Amino acid sequence: MRRRRPPLGSPAHLLLLACSFALTAYAGVRLLEDDPFAVALWFVGAAVLHDLVLVPLYGAADRTLLRGMERSGHRDRAMYVRVPAALSLLLLLVWFPLITGRVADRYARATGLSPDGFLARWLLITAALCGGSAAVYALRHRRPRGPSRRGT
Amino acid sequence: MVMVRLTPGGPGAAYGRHMARSPSAPSFWRSPLRGPWLTSVLGVALLGGITVLFVTGLLSYAAYSPDLSPVNDKTPGKGVLGFYLFPWPTGPRWLYRLTQGVHVTLGLTLIPVLLAKLWSVVPLLFRLPPARSVAHALERLSLLFLVGGVLFEFVTGVLNIQLDYVFPGSFYPLHFYGAWVFFAAFVVHVLLRAPAAWRALRGPREEPGGLVAPEPAEPTVSRRGALAFVGGGSLLLLATTAGQNFDGVPRRTALLAPHGGAEPGGGPGAFQINKTARYAGIRAAETSEEAWRLVVTGRGGRTVRLSRADLLALPQHEAALPIACVEGWSTSDQRWRGVRLRDLAALAGDPGDVGDPPDLLVESLQRHGAFRRAALRAGQVADPRSLLALAVNGAGLTLDHGYPARVIVPAAPGVLNTKWVARLTFGDL
Repeated sequence: MRRRRPPLGSPAHLLLLACSFALTAYAGVRLLEDDPFAVALWFVGAAVLHDLVLVPLYGAADRTLLRGMERSGHRDRAMYVRVPAALSLLLLLVWFPLITGRVADRYARATGLSPDGFLARWLLITAALCGGSAAVYALRHRRPRGPSRRGT
Repeated sequence: MVMVRLTPGGPGAAYGRHMARSPSAPSFWRSPLRGPWLTSVLGVALLGGITVLFVTGLLSYAAYSPDLSPVNDKTPGKGVLGFYLFPWPTGPRWLYRLTQGVHVTLGLTLIPVLLAKLWSVVPLLFRLPPARSVAHALERLSLLFLVGGVLFEFVTGVLNIQLDYVFPGSFYPLHFYGAWVFFAAFVVHVLLRAPAAWRALRGPREEPGGLVAPEPAEPTVSRRGALAFVGGGSLLLLATTAGQNFDGVPRRTALLAPHGGAEPGGGPGAFQINKTARYAGIRAAETSEEAWRLVVTGRGGRTVRLSRADLLALPQHEAALPIACVEGWSTSDQRWRGVRLRDLAALAGDPGDVGDPPDLLVESLQRHGAFRRAALRAGQVADPRSLLALAVNGAGLTLDHGYPARVIVPAAPGVLNTKWVARLTFGDL
Protein backbone atom coordinates (compact mmCIF):
# COMPACT_ATOMS: atom_id res chain seq x y z
CA MET A 1 0.00 0.00 0.00
CA ARG A 2 1.28 3.38 -0.99
CA ARG A 3 0.53 6.38 1.15
CA ARG A 4 -1.12 8.97 -1.05
CA ARG A 5 -1.20 12.71 -0.66
CA PRO A 6 -4.69 14.14 -0.23
CA PRO A 7 -6.15 14.95 -3.64
CA LEU A 8 -6.34 18.58 -4.65
CA GLY A 9 -9.98 18.63 -5.59
CA SER A 10 -11.75 20.48 -8.36
CA PRO A 11 -9.74 23.37 -9.83
CA ALA A 12 -12.95 25.38 -10.25
CA HIS A 13 -13.70 25.00 -6.53
CA LEU A 14 -10.14 25.97 -5.65
CA LEU A 15 -10.32 29.11 -7.78
CA LEU A 16 -13.67 30.09 -6.35
CA LEU A 17 -12.41 29.62 -2.81
CA ALA A 18 -9.25 31.60 -3.56
CA CYS A 19 -11.39 34.51 -4.80
CA SER A 20 -13.55 34.27 -1.72
CA PHE A 21 -10.57 34.24 0.65
CA ALA A 22 -9.04 37.26 -1.06
CA LEU A 23 -12.21 39.26 -0.34
CA THR A 24 -12.38 37.78 3.18
CA ALA A 25 -8.82 38.95 3.81
CA TYR A 26 -9.47 42.41 2.34
CA ALA A 27 -12.52 42.99 4.55
CA GLY A 28 -11.08 40.99 7.45
CA VAL A 29 -8.02 43.21 7.80
CA ARG A 30 -10.37 46.17 8.16
CA LEU A 31 -12.70 44.32 10.52
CA LEU A 32 -9.78 43.47 12.82
CA GLU A 33 -8.11 46.85 12.59
CA ASP A 34 -9.13 48.39 15.93
CA ASP A 35 -9.25 45.45 18.31
CA PRO A 36 -8.02 42.31 16.51
CA PHE A 37 -8.18 39.91 19.42
CA ALA A 38 -11.61 40.88 20.73
CA VAL A 39 -13.21 40.99 17.28
CA ALA A 40 -11.71 37.62 16.28
CA LEU A 41 -12.92 36.22 19.59
CA TRP A 42 -16.46 37.46 18.90
CA PHE A 43 -16.40 36.19 15.34
CA VAL A 44 -15.12 32.69 16.10
CA GLY A 45 -16.77 32.66 19.52
CA ALA A 46 -20.20 33.20 17.97
CA ALA A 47 -19.78 30.08 15.83
CA VAL A 48 -18.30 27.99 18.65
CA LEU A 49 -20.92 29.08 21.21
CA HIS A 50 -23.71 28.30 18.80
CA ASP A 51 -22.46 24.94 17.56
CA LEU A 52 -20.93 23.59 20.75
CA VAL A 53 -23.08 25.16 23.47
CA LEU A 54 -26.45 26.38 22.21
CA VAL A 55 -27.27 23.45 19.91
CA PRO A 56 -26.26 20.71 22.41
CA LEU A 57 -28.13 22.59 25.13
CA TYR A 58 -31.47 22.77 23.34
CA GLY A 59 -30.91 19.30 21.92
CA ALA A 60 -30.50 17.95 25.45
CA ALA A 61 -33.55 19.89 26.65
CA ASP A 62 -35.59 18.39 23.82
CA ARG A 63 -34.41 14.86 24.59
CA THR A 64 -35.33 15.37 28.26
CA LEU A 65 -38.78 16.53 27.18
CA LEU A 66 -39.20 13.53 24.88
CA ARG A 67 -38.14 11.07 27.60
CA GLY A 68 -40.66 12.63 29.97
CA MET A 69 -43.43 12.42 27.40
CA GLU A 70 -42.44 8.86 26.56
CA ARG A 71 -42.79 7.80 30.17
CA SER A 72 -46.35 9.06 30.22
CA GLY A 73 -47.02 7.43 26.85
CA HIS A 74 -47.53 10.71 24.99
CA ARG A 75 -44.35 10.98 22.95
CA ASP A 76 -46.35 11.86 19.84
CA ARG A 77 -47.77 14.88 21.62
CA ALA A 78 -44.40 16.52 22.32
CA MET A 79 -45.11 19.38 19.93
CA TYR A 80 -47.76 20.79 22.26
CA VAL A 81 -44.98 21.49 24.78
CA ARG A 82 -42.17 22.04 22.32
CA VAL A 83 -43.83 24.82 20.32
CA PRO A 84 -44.76 27.24 23.12
CA ALA A 85 -41.50 26.55 24.98
CA ALA A 86 -39.30 27.08 21.92
CA LEU A 87 -41.15 30.22 20.80
CA SER A 88 -40.92 31.73 24.26
CA LEU A 89 -37.20 30.94 24.49
CA LEU A 90 -36.70 32.35 21.00
CA LEU A 91 -38.17 35.68 22.11
CA LEU A 92 -35.99 35.60 25.22
CA LEU A 93 -32.90 34.88 23.13
CA VAL A 94 -33.58 37.79 20.76
CA TRP A 95 -34.74 40.38 23.30
CA PHE A 96 -32.52 39.24 26.17
CA PRO A 97 -31.04 42.73 26.89
CA LEU A 98 -34.47 44.40 27.11
CA ILE A 99 -36.27 41.55 28.92
CA THR A 100 -33.59 41.14 31.60
CA GLY A 101 -33.31 44.89 32.04
CA ARG A 102 -29.53 44.91 31.55
CA VAL A 103 -29.84 48.02 29.34
CA ALA A 104 -32.74 49.55 31.32
CA ASP A 105 -30.86 52.65 32.42
CA ARG A 106 -29.39 53.55 29.03
CA TYR A 107 -32.63 52.69 27.26
CA ALA A 108 -34.68 55.00 29.49
CA ARG A 109 -32.20 57.86 29.26
CA ALA A 110 -31.80 57.59 25.48
CA THR A 111 -35.36 56.99 24.30
CA GLY A 112 -37.47 58.61 27.02
CA LEU A 113 -39.48 55.37 27.11
CA SER A 114 -40.13 53.18 30.12
CA PRO A 115 -37.74 50.22 30.34
CA ASP A 116 -40.22 48.33 32.53
CA GLY A 117 -42.72 46.07 30.95
CA PHE A 118 -40.53 44.01 28.61
CA LEU A 119 -40.28 41.20 31.17
CA ALA A 120 -43.99 41.42 31.93
CA ARG A 121 -44.93 41.39 28.23
CA TRP A 122 -42.62 38.44 27.55
CA LEU A 123 -44.21 36.51 30.43
CA LEU A 124 -47.69 37.34 29.13
CA ILE A 125 -46.76 36.22 25.61
CA THR A 126 -45.37 33.01 27.12
CA ALA A 127 -48.59 32.51 29.03
CA ALA A 128 -50.62 33.10 25.86
CA LEU A 129 -48.47 30.63 23.88
CA CYS A 130 -48.82 27.95 26.55
CA GLY A 131 -52.53 28.65 26.94
CA GLY A 132 -53.06 28.57 23.18
CA SER A 133 -51.24 25.27 22.88
CA ALA A 134 -53.24 23.82 25.77
CA ALA A 135 -56.47 24.96 24.12
CA VAL A 136 -55.54 23.35 20.80
CA TYR A 137 -54.56 20.18 22.67
CA ALA A 138 -57.86 20.11 24.53
CA LEU A 139 -59.84 20.65 21.32
CA ARG A 140 -58.04 17.95 19.36
CA HIS A 141 -58.00 15.32 22.09
CA ARG A 142 -61.43 16.01 23.47
CA ARG A 143 -63.31 12.96 22.27
CA PRO A 144 -62.07 10.36 19.82
CA ARG A 145 -65.17 10.53 17.60
CA GLY A 146 -66.21 14.13 18.24
CA PRO A 147 -65.04 15.93 15.09
CA SER A 148 -66.05 13.25 12.58
CA ARG A 149 -69.62 13.20 13.80
CA ARG A 150 -70.07 16.91 13.10
CA GLY A 151 -68.77 16.39 9.60
CA THR A 152 -66.94 19.72 9.22
CA MET B 1 -30.16 2.40 27.08
CA VAL B 2 -32.91 0.76 25.15
CA MET B 3 -32.55 2.78 21.98
CA VAL B 4 -29.12 1.62 20.84
CA ARG B 5 -29.58 -0.38 17.69
CA LEU B 6 -26.78 -1.04 15.31
CA THR B 7 -27.27 -1.30 11.61
CA PRO B 8 -25.21 -4.23 10.35
CA GLY B 9 -22.54 -2.94 8.07
CA GLY B 10 -23.43 0.68 8.85
CA PRO B 11 -20.71 3.24 9.46
CA GLY B 12 -21.08 2.94 13.23
CA ALA B 13 -21.13 -0.84 13.28
CA ALA B 14 -17.41 -1.53 13.56
CA TYR B 15 -17.08 0.76 16.53
CA GLY B 16 -20.22 -0.37 18.29
CA ARG B 17 -21.84 1.56 21.09
CA HIS B 18 -18.75 3.55 21.83
CA MET B 19 -18.71 5.29 18.46
CA ALA B 20 -22.45 5.94 18.48
CA ARG B 21 -21.85 8.30 21.39
CA SER B 22 -19.36 10.31 19.37
CA PRO B 23 -20.86 13.07 17.26
CA SER B 24 -18.58 12.09 14.38
CA ALA B 25 -20.57 8.87 13.98
CA PRO B 26 -23.59 9.33 11.71
CA SER B 27 -25.66 7.16 14.05
CA PHE B 28 -25.10 9.69 16.86
CA TRP B 29 -27.60 11.99 15.13
CA ARG B 30 -31.08 10.60 15.52
CA SER B 31 -33.51 13.26 14.34
CA PRO B 32 -35.67 11.93 11.48
CA LEU B 33 -36.14 15.50 10.26
CA ARG B 34 -32.62 16.10 8.97
CA GLY B 35 -32.08 15.59 5.29
CA PRO B 36 -31.19 17.42 2.11
CA TRP B 37 -34.79 18.50 1.46
CA LEU B 38 -35.24 20.34 4.77
CA THR B 39 -31.78 21.91 4.57
CA SER B 40 -32.42 23.01 0.98
CA VAL B 41 -35.80 24.60 1.75
CA LEU B 42 -34.27 26.54 4.63
CA GLY B 43 -31.25 27.37 2.50
CA VAL B 44 -33.37 28.80 -0.30
CA ALA B 45 -35.32 30.90 2.22
CA LEU B 46 -32.05 32.25 3.62
CA LEU B 47 -30.63 32.85 0.14
CA GLY B 48 -33.53 35.18 -0.62
CA GLY B 49 -33.70 36.76 2.82
CA ILE B 50 -29.99 37.34 3.30
CA THR B 51 -29.66 38.81 -0.18
CA VAL B 52 -32.30 41.39 0.77
CA LEU B 53 -30.48 42.02 4.08
CA PHE B 54 -27.18 42.55 2.27
CA VAL B 55 -28.66 44.92 -0.33
CA THR B 56 -30.63 46.98 2.21
CA GLY B 57 -27.52 47.08 4.40
CA LEU B 58 -25.45 48.45 1.53
CA LEU B 59 -28.21 50.98 0.82
CA SER B 60 -28.17 52.12 4.44
CA TYR B 61 -24.40 52.54 4.23
CA ALA B 62 -24.86 54.71 1.10
CA ALA B 63 -27.63 56.71 2.80
CA TYR B 64 -25.09 57.93 5.36
CA SER B 65 -23.07 59.51 2.51
CA PRO B 66 -19.70 58.34 3.87
CA ASP B 67 -17.99 59.59 0.71
CA LEU B 68 -19.24 63.15 1.23
CA SER B 69 -17.31 64.18 4.33
CA PRO B 70 -15.11 62.61 7.02
CA VAL B 71 -17.73 63.52 9.65
CA ASN B 72 -20.16 61.06 8.05
CA ASP B 73 -17.55 58.36 7.51
CA LYS B 74 -17.14 55.80 10.28
CA THR B 75 -15.18 53.51 7.93
CA PRO B 76 -12.45 55.68 6.37
CA GLY B 77 -10.45 52.60 5.40
CA LYS B 78 -13.23 51.06 3.30
CA GLY B 79 -11.24 51.21 0.03
CA VAL B 80 -12.98 49.42 -2.81
CA LEU B 81 -15.81 48.25 -0.55
CA GLY B 82 -17.42 51.63 -1.15
CA PHE B 83 -17.29 51.10 -4.92
CA TYR B 84 -21.03 51.35 -5.40
CA LEU B 85 -21.67 54.53 -3.38
CA PHE B 86 -24.09 56.95 -4.99
CA PRO B 87 -25.78 60.19 -3.98
CA TRP B 88 -28.69 59.19 -1.75
CA PRO B 89 -31.92 60.69 -3.14
CA THR B 90 -34.49 62.75 -1.19
CA GLY B 91 -37.45 60.91 -2.58
CA PRO B 92 -39.60 59.09 -2.06
CA ARG B 93 -39.59 60.57 1.44
CA TRP B 94 -40.14 57.16 3.02
CA LEU B 95 -37.21 55.56 1.17
CA TYR B 96 -34.90 55.06 4.16
CA ARG B 97 -37.88 54.22 6.36
CA LEU B 98 -38.66 51.38 3.96
CA THR B 99 -35.14 50.07 3.29
CA GLN B 100 -34.00 50.15 6.91
CA GLY B 101 -37.33 48.96 8.27
CA VAL B 102 -37.04 45.97 5.95
CA HIS B 103 -33.38 45.41 6.90
CA VAL B 104 -34.02 45.18 10.65
CA THR B 105 -37.49 43.62 10.61
CA LEU B 106 -36.54 40.99 8.05
CA GLY B 107 -33.29 40.29 9.93
CA LEU B 108 -35.25 39.56 13.10
CA THR B 109 -37.77 37.47 11.16
CA LEU B 110 -35.00 35.34 9.67
CA ILE B 111 -33.51 34.36 13.05
CA PRO B 112 -35.62 31.18 13.41
CA VAL B 113 -34.83 30.20 9.81
CA LEU B 114 -31.13 30.72 10.44
CA LEU B 115 -31.19 28.70 13.66
CA ALA B 116 -33.10 25.90 11.94
CA LYS B 117 -30.70 25.87 9.00
CA LEU B 118 -27.65 25.66 11.26
CA TRP B 119 -29.34 22.91 13.29
CA SER B 120 -30.09 20.95 10.14
CA VAL B 121 -26.43 20.75 9.12
CA VAL B 122 -24.74 20.50 12.52
CA PRO B 123 -23.73 16.81 12.06
CA LEU B 124 -21.48 17.88 9.17
CA LEU B 125 -19.37 19.90 11.62
CA PHE B 126 -18.19 16.70 13.29
CA ARG B 127 -17.81 14.55 10.19
CA LEU B 128 -14.63 12.52 9.70
CA PRO B 129 -12.29 12.65 7.92
CA PRO B 130 -12.15 16.43 8.34
CA ALA B 131 -11.26 16.88 4.70
CA ARG B 132 -11.35 14.67 1.63
CA SER B 133 -9.27 17.00 -0.51
CA VAL B 134 -7.49 20.33 -0.38
CA ALA B 135 -10.53 22.02 -1.91
CA HIS B 136 -12.76 20.38 0.70
CA ALA B 137 -10.48 21.53 3.53
CA LEU B 138 -10.62 25.10 2.23
CA GLU B 139 -14.38 24.87 1.87
CA ARG B 140 -14.64 23.89 5.52
CA LEU B 141 -12.46 26.86 6.48
CA SER B 142 -14.79 29.02 4.42
CA LEU B 143 -17.71 27.63 6.46
CA LEU B 144 -16.12 29.13 9.58
CA PHE B 145 -16.33 32.55 7.93
CA LEU B 146 -19.87 31.76 6.80
CA VAL B 147 -21.22 30.63 10.16
CA GLY B 148 -19.06 32.97 12.26
CA GLY B 149 -19.93 35.81 9.90
CA VAL B 150 -23.67 35.31 9.86
CA LEU B 151 -23.84 34.95 13.64
CA PHE B 152 -21.54 37.97 14.12
CA GLU B 153 -23.82 40.09 11.91
CA PHE B 154 -27.04 38.96 13.56
CA VAL B 155 -25.64 39.29 17.09
CA THR B 156 -24.17 42.79 16.57
CA GLY B 157 -27.38 43.92 14.84
CA VAL B 158 -29.70 42.52 17.51
CA LEU B 159 -27.57 44.01 20.31
CA ASN B 160 -27.27 47.41 18.61
CA ILE B 161 -31.01 47.91 18.20
CA GLN B 162 -31.38 47.25 21.94
CA LEU B 163 -28.63 49.76 22.76
CA ASP B 164 -26.53 46.98 24.30
CA TYR B 165 -23.11 48.11 23.13
CA VAL B 166 -21.07 45.20 24.46
CA PHE B 167 -19.51 44.34 21.11
CA PRO B 168 -15.82 45.22 20.73
CA GLY B 169 -15.81 48.59 18.99
CA SER B 170 -18.08 50.92 17.04
CA PHE B 171 -21.11 49.28 15.45
CA TYR B 172 -20.65 50.80 12.00
CA PRO B 173 -17.24 49.34 11.05
CA LEU B 174 -17.96 46.01 12.79
CA HIS B 175 -21.29 45.47 11.04
CA PHE B 176 -20.07 46.79 7.68
CA TYR B 177 -16.76 44.92 7.40
CA GLY B 178 -18.30 41.87 9.08
CA ALA B 179 -20.95 41.86 6.34
CA TRP B 180 -18.27 41.72 3.64
CA VAL B 181 -16.37 38.92 5.38
CA PHE B 182 -19.65 37.02 5.58
CA PHE B 183 -20.61 37.86 2.01
CA ALA B 184 -17.35 36.47 0.60
CA ALA B 185 -18.11 33.10 2.19
CA PHE B 186 -21.84 33.33 1.41
CA VAL B 187 -21.39 33.69 -2.35
CA VAL B 188 -19.00 30.75 -2.57
CA HIS B 189 -21.29 28.64 -0.38
CA VAL B 190 -24.29 29.39 -2.59
CA LEU B 191 -22.34 28.58 -5.76
CA LEU B 192 -20.95 25.32 -4.39
CA ARG B 193 -24.19 24.13 -2.78
CA ALA B 194 -26.81 25.32 -5.28
CA PRO B 195 -26.65 22.19 -7.50
CA ALA B 196 -27.16 19.84 -4.54
CA ALA B 197 -29.98 22.00 -3.17
CA TRP B 198 -31.64 22.05 -6.59
CA ARG B 199 -31.43 18.25 -6.82
CA ALA B 200 -32.83 17.82 -3.31
CA LEU B 201 -35.79 20.08 -4.03
CA ARG B 202 -36.61 18.55 -7.40
CA GLY B 203 -35.66 14.94 -6.80
CA PRO B 204 -38.45 12.49 -6.03
CA ARG B 205 -36.85 10.85 -3.00
CA GLU B 206 -33.76 11.60 -1.02
CA GLU B 207 -31.11 8.94 -0.82
CA PRO B 208 -29.80 7.79 2.55
CA GLY B 209 -26.41 9.02 3.64
CA GLY B 210 -25.37 12.60 3.96
CA LEU B 211 -27.67 14.43 6.33
CA VAL B 212 -30.24 11.66 6.70
CA ALA B 213 -29.93 9.87 10.04
CA PRO B 214 -29.05 6.17 9.47
CA GLU B 215 -30.89 5.20 12.66
CA PRO B 216 -33.66 7.78 12.97
CA ALA B 217 -35.69 8.08 16.14
CA GLU B 218 -39.46 7.76 15.98
CA PRO B 219 -40.74 11.02 14.48
CA THR B 220 -42.80 13.38 16.62
CA VAL B 221 -43.47 15.82 13.77
CA SER B 222 -43.32 15.72 9.99
CA ARG B 223 -40.81 17.77 8.02
CA ARG B 224 -43.60 20.04 6.85
CA GLY B 225 -44.71 20.38 10.45
CA ALA B 226 -41.17 21.34 11.42
CA LEU B 227 -41.11 23.96 8.67
CA ALA B 228 -44.42 25.35 9.92
CA PHE B 229 -42.86 25.50 13.39
CA VAL B 230 -39.92 27.57 12.06
CA GLY B 231 -42.29 29.78 10.07
CA GLY B 232 -44.38 30.26 13.20
CA GLY B 233 -41.31 31.52 15.04
CA SER B 234 -40.65 33.96 12.19
CA LEU B 235 -44.25 35.13 12.21
CA LEU B 236 -44.15 35.66 15.96
CA LEU B 237 -41.03 37.84 15.69
CA LEU B 238 -42.49 39.72 12.73
CA ALA B 239 -45.80 40.34 14.48
CA THR B 240 -44.15 41.63 17.65
CA THR B 241 -41.66 43.88 15.78
CA ALA B 242 -43.07 45.32 12.55
CA GLY B 243 -45.40 47.72 14.33
CA GLN B 244 -42.49 49.86 15.55
CA ASN B 245 -42.48 51.45 12.09
CA PHE B 246 -45.91 53.06 12.43
CA ASP B 247 -47.39 55.53 14.91
CA GLY B 248 -50.51 54.79 16.90
CA VAL B 249 -52.17 51.38 17.23
CA PRO B 250 -49.62 49.39 15.16
CA ARG B 251 -46.79 50.52 17.45
CA ARG B 252 -48.66 49.04 20.39
CA THR B 253 -48.58 45.64 18.68
CA ALA B 254 -44.76 45.67 18.67
CA LEU B 255 -44.77 44.11 22.13
CA LEU B 256 -41.06 43.44 22.55
CA ALA B 257 -39.44 45.75 19.98
CA PRO B 258 -37.32 48.60 21.42
CA HIS B 259 -39.59 51.30 19.96
CA GLY B 260 -42.87 49.45 20.31
CA GLY B 261 -45.57 50.28 22.83
CA ALA B 262 -46.41 53.81 23.86
CA GLU B 263 -45.20 57.11 22.45
CA PRO B 264 -42.98 59.11 24.84
CA GLY B 265 -44.71 62.00 26.65
CA GLY B 266 -47.90 63.65 25.41
CA GLY B 267 -49.06 66.39 23.08
CA PRO B 268 -47.78 67.27 19.58
CA GLY B 269 -44.24 66.12 20.44
CA ALA B 270 -45.33 62.64 21.50
CA PHE B 271 -43.50 60.60 18.88
CA GLN B 272 -40.41 58.41 19.05
CA ILE B 273 -37.09 59.87 20.19
CA ASN B 274 -33.72 58.44 19.20
CA LYS B 275 -31.64 60.24 21.84
CA THR B 276 -33.11 62.56 24.46
CA ALA B 277 -31.61 65.96 25.32
CA ARG B 278 -30.45 64.60 28.65
CA TYR B 279 -28.68 61.68 26.98
CA ALA B 280 -26.98 63.98 24.45
CA GLY B 281 -25.78 66.28 27.23
CA ILE B 282 -27.81 69.33 26.23
CA ARG B 283 -28.02 71.96 28.98
CA ALA B 284 -31.13 74.14 29.27
CA ALA B 285 -28.93 77.24 29.62
CA GLU B 286 -27.48 76.79 26.09
CA THR B 287 -30.87 76.52 24.43
CA SER B 288 -32.55 79.54 26.06
CA GLU B 289 -33.89 82.38 23.90
CA GLU B 290 -31.11 84.69 25.14
CA ALA B 291 -28.17 82.32 24.88
CA TRP B 292 -28.84 80.38 21.67
CA ARG B 293 -27.74 81.82 18.33
CA LEU B 294 -27.54 79.94 15.06
CA VAL B 295 -24.31 80.67 13.21
CA VAL B 296 -24.75 80.37 9.43
CA THR B 297 -21.72 80.62 7.14
CA GLY B 298 -22.15 80.83 3.38
CA ARG B 299 -20.00 79.48 0.62
CA GLY B 300 -18.37 82.89 0.23
CA GLY B 301 -17.39 83.00 3.90
CA ARG B 302 -20.07 85.43 5.03
CA THR B 303 -21.39 84.64 8.52
CA VAL B 304 -24.82 85.46 9.94
CA ARG B 305 -25.94 85.02 13.55
CA LEU B 306 -29.64 84.40 14.04
CA SER B 307 -31.77 84.15 17.16
CA ARG B 308 -34.84 81.89 17.22
CA ALA B 309 -37.01 84.98 16.78
CA ASP B 310 -34.97 85.95 13.70
CA LEU B 311 -35.56 82.51 12.24
CA LEU B 312 -39.30 82.68 12.96
CA ALA B 313 -39.39 86.00 11.07
CA LEU B 314 -38.08 84.30 7.91
CA PRO B 315 -40.52 82.63 5.47
CA GLN B 316 -41.83 79.44 7.11
CA HIS B 317 -42.54 76.28 5.15
CA GLU B 318 -44.15 72.97 6.02
CA ALA B 319 -43.12 69.42 5.18
CA ALA B 320 -44.69 66.13 6.24
CA LEU B 321 -41.75 63.78 6.81
CA PRO B 322 -41.01 60.69 8.90
CA ILE B 323 -38.11 60.00 11.24
CA ALA B 324 -36.42 56.72 10.30
CA CYS B 325 -33.64 55.27 12.43
CA VAL B 326 -30.85 52.88 11.50
CA GLU B 327 -32.11 50.77 14.43
CA GLY B 328 -35.07 49.77 12.27
CA TRP B 329 -37.87 51.82 13.81
CA SER B 330 -39.56 54.83 12.30
CA THR B 331 -42.44 57.23 12.79
CA SER B 332 -45.27 58.06 10.46
CA ASP B 333 -45.11 61.49 8.79
CA GLN B 334 -44.82 64.41 11.20
CA ARG B 335 -45.78 67.94 10.14
CA TRP B 336 -42.56 69.94 10.41
CA ARG B 337 -42.48 73.72 10.07
CA GLY B 338 -39.42 75.91 9.69
CA VAL B 339 -37.00 77.64 7.35
CA ARG B 340 -35.84 75.98 4.14
CA LEU B 341 -32.16 75.04 4.21
CA ARG B 342 -31.71 76.54 0.73
CA ASP B 343 -33.19 79.85 1.99
CA LEU B 344 -30.58 79.88 4.76
CA ALA B 345 -27.86 79.22 2.17
CA ALA B 346 -29.13 82.22 0.21
CA LEU B 347 -29.29 84.34 3.36
CA ALA B 348 -25.61 83.70 4.05
CA GLY B 349 -24.74 85.15 0.68
CA ASP B 350 -25.09 82.08 -1.47
CA PRO B 351 -27.55 82.36 -4.32
CA GLY B 352 -28.36 78.69 -3.80
CA ASP B 353 -29.37 78.37 -7.42
CA VAL B 354 -30.44 74.98 -8.63
CA GLY B 355 -27.49 74.73 -10.98
CA ASP B 356 -24.85 74.74 -8.26
CA PRO B 357 -26.29 74.27 -4.79
CA PRO B 358 -23.84 73.98 -1.87
CA ASP B 359 -23.26 71.03 0.47
CA LEU B 360 -23.83 71.63 4.17
CA LEU B 361 -22.00 70.82 7.38
CA VAL B 362 -24.36 70.79 10.38
CA GLU B 363 -23.02 71.04 13.92
CA SER B 364 -25.04 70.32 17.04
CA LEU B 365 -24.82 71.54 20.62
CA GLN B 366 -24.56 67.93 21.75
CA ARG B 367 -21.33 66.96 23.46
CA HIS B 368 -21.16 63.33 22.49
CA GLY B 369 -22.64 61.05 19.90
CA ALA B 370 -21.01 59.84 16.70
CA PHE B 371 -23.10 62.24 14.60
CA ARG B 372 -22.92 65.52 16.55
CA ARG B 373 -21.56 66.84 13.25
CA ALA B 374 -23.11 65.68 9.99
CA ALA B 375 -22.77 66.56 6.33
CA LEU B 376 -25.64 66.87 3.85
CA ARG B 377 -25.31 66.68 0.10
CA ALA B 378 -26.20 69.56 -2.21
CA GLY B 379 -29.23 67.64 -3.47
CA GLN B 380 -30.48 67.26 0.09
CA VAL B 381 -29.94 70.98 0.81
CA ALA B 382 -31.73 72.01 -2.39
CA ASP B 383 -34.89 69.96 -1.74
CA PRO B 384 -37.77 72.34 -0.85
CA ARG B 385 -38.85 69.92 1.93
CA SER B 386 -35.46 70.10 3.67
CA LEU B 387 -36.00 72.35 6.66
CA LEU B 388 -34.37 73.79 9.68
CA ALA B 389 -37.48 72.95 11.67
CA LEU B 390 -38.65 75.13 14.54
CA ALA B 391 -42.02 73.48 15.12
CA VAL B 392 -43.68 70.12 14.66
CA ASN B 393 -47.34 69.08 14.53
CA GLY B 394 -48.48 72.64 15.23
CA ALA B 395 -46.37 73.34 18.31
CA GLY B 396 -42.82 74.47 19.01
CA LEU B 397 -40.19 71.72 19.09
CA THR B 398 -39.74 70.02 22.43
CA LEU B 399 -36.23 69.85 23.85
CA ASP B 400 -36.07 66.11 23.11
CA HIS B 401 -36.96 66.72 19.46
CA GLY B 402 -34.20 69.28 19.02
CA TYR B 403 -35.36 72.65 20.37
CA PRO B 404 -34.37 75.40 19.48
CA ALA B 405 -33.95 74.10 15.90
CA ARG B 406 -33.33 70.84 14.08
CA VAL B 407 -32.65 69.67 10.58
CA ILE B 408 -35.19 67.49 8.79
CA VAL B 409 -34.40 66.10 5.34
CA PRO B 410 -36.64 63.76 3.31
CA ALA B 411 -35.48 60.12 3.06
CA ALA B 412 -32.35 60.72 5.16
CA PRO B 413 -31.34 58.40 8.03
CA GLY B 414 -32.39 59.75 11.43
CA VAL B 415 -28.91 60.72 12.63
CA LEU B 416 -28.45 63.05 9.66
CA ASN B 417 -31.49 65.00 10.89
CA THR B 418 -29.33 66.82 13.43
CA LYS B 419 -31.05 68.13 16.57
CA TRP B 420 -30.08 71.17 18.70
CA VAL B 421 -28.36 72.76 15.69
CA ALA B 422 -25.73 75.36 16.58
CA ARG B 423 -23.95 75.98 13.30
CA LEU B 424 -24.61 75.60 9.58
CA THR B 425 -21.68 75.88 7.19
CA PHE B 426 -22.57 75.88 3.48
CA GLY B 427 -19.90 75.09 0.95
CA ASP B 428 -18.43 72.39 -1.23
CA LEU B 429 -17.42 69.46 0.94
